[in-house]
Amino acid sequence: MQLDLSLKKELPHFRLSAELSYKGRNLGLFGPSGSGKSTLVSLLAGLDTPGDKGHLRLDEQVLFDRNQGINLPPEQRRIALVFQQSALFPHLSVRGNLLYGFKRRPVRDNNIDFDAVIAALGLEALLERGVNNLSGGERQRVAIGRAILSNPRLLLLDEPLSALDDDSKFQIISYLKATCARFNIPYIFISHSLVEMRMMTDSAAVIDNGSITDICSTETLARKLMGRSPVGYINILGLGGMTKRDGLCVYNWNGNELLLSLGNQDTRSGLFELSSKDIILFKKHPEAISARNLLECNVTSCFESGTKLGVELECGNGKLISEIVPDAARELEITAGSVVYAAIKASAFRRLAAAETT
Amino acid sequence: MWLSAPDIQAILLSTKVATVATLLSLPIGFMCAYILCFHDFRGKILLEGLINLPLTLPPVVIGYLLLLLLGANGALAPLLHMLGIRLIFTWKAAVIASAVVGFPLLVRSIRIGMESIDLHLIHASRTLGATWYDTLASVIAPLCLRGVMAGSSLMFARSLGEFGATIIVAGNIPGLTQTIPLAIYDYAASPQGGQAALLLCVISVIISLAILIFHDAVAGRLIRKD
Repeated sequence: MQLDLSLKKELPHFRLSAELSYKGRNLGLFGPSGSGKSTLVSLLAGLDTPGDKGHLRLDEQVLFDRNQGINLPPEQRRIALVFQQSALFPHLSVRGNLLYGFKRRPVRDNNIDFDAVIAALGLEALLERGVNNLSGGERQRVAIGRAILSNPRLLLLDEPLSALDDDSKFQIISYLKATCARFNIPYIFISHSLVEMRMMTDSAAVIDNGSITDICSTETLARKLMGRSPVGYINILGLGGMTKRDGLCVYNWNGNELLLSLGNQDTRSGLFELSSKDIILFKKHPEAISARNLLECNVTSCFESGTKLGVELECGNGKLISEIVPDAARELEITAGSVVYAAIKASAFRRLAAAETT
Repeated sequence: MWLSAPDIQAILLSTKVATVATLLSLPIGFMCAYILCFHDFRGKILLEGLINLPLTLPPVVIGYLLLLLLGANGALAPLLHMLGIRLIFTWKAAVIASAVVGFPLLVRSIRIGMESIDLHLIHASRTLGATWYDTLASVIAPLCLRGVMAGSSLMFARSLGEFGATIIVAGNIPGLTQTIPLAIYDYAASPQGGQAALLLCVISVIISLAILIFHDAVAGRLIRKD
């Protein structure tokens, strides 16, 4: 996707003035609610008309240009949307919903196979059902299938995970990534959740108060925001091979052993989050501590974020980000190359999604 | 006692007038509701006022205005004459009177149905490749069917009861333009007409109940619940 836009829109209590030039596979659009994400989505899809001046180009095709008097209607832009609330047609069956865009796709680009999309999203069993009694996760899968079957040039995912519980959320993330990659459809993922954003895209544009203020990798963004985020930097860990020992769950993480509280005993493997705030660093091996995990790590780099200092740790094959105040860094003499001990409480991990249950 | 021939003609005529008036108004009413619901334009308030005017005006006034418009010396008389159409004092005039009086009820019901449609559905349909008229036919129309049904029943019932405007533009000619309300009016005015008037009243009640039951039965089946 190559996106080039300069769009303005005046609303009664809000002014959008966004400029962006981006070339890449996928893009995140990150910003708090009320920052203008949804307005921008409407303008991209052609559901709303931008104000004076401005242009919008996608892959060299002009979708909107005030000067040239071009403003393609939504049905000619071929930018499909997946909304937070699914927006499935209540008068149609699952099959009817899926076929809606499929029947209307342009004949010349006919490379989407109905059965392949249904199989990729695991929708075979739902086809003849109505859409009113589906679960949240099922609804979003149908919505994604419906959008992909219209064979769009670009998929706009407008907070598609916000209405879902954690387990469905991560299930949908894997469906989304796999299906879009399989059918070669670029997407813009819109969200106010940094964790979701990092799992969906490598780069993100930051929108704040109606304008795009930054564009960088999602990892860089997470590190930049660590200093002022109340939850710090969220480490996302894939843990597996759970066994029980002494009233704790023991997981394997990239060759390390991590001990988690017994509340996780029904998860054999899955994704867990760990805040940078919950990792305490020691210069020397502490003899006895209450935290159940003590990892010997190499410091690979340090970065400033607000008033905090982020410390990138390498523990075996795993990477963690811990945060400390600059004062502590001086005292412990933490620099790239030094060796530290990271202590983590067994209760500091929070399960995001179970991949395999017991 | 039993129904006389003019009574039966009145019943048939009432049903015919109400059916034709409703069917004629339906497409126009649907488009008016669509425009009022989904579009903003200059003069929208004026159009809205014009459509709703018959709701507040006395039917007799509407009848008189129609007479000024369609009558022998009316504003549209030359046009009607050229086309060879005679409306005044025919059953067609009764259809026009009923259509005008019932129109706001129809538009209101359809509009309420349209306003309850989630805008995301319309947006989804457009981004999936549907043109505006495709969306109108494939999403908006099926989702406001209940409103359309409610509006049609309401308008049909209102047309059955139309009196004031009808008597002015169509007259009260037994067998030709006499509808149920007009026949009841005639019977009520004559000393021996009491029983016949009552019988027509009972017929009116039966027809109205039938519409109500039909509407409920159909409306319940229009929504997918699974």
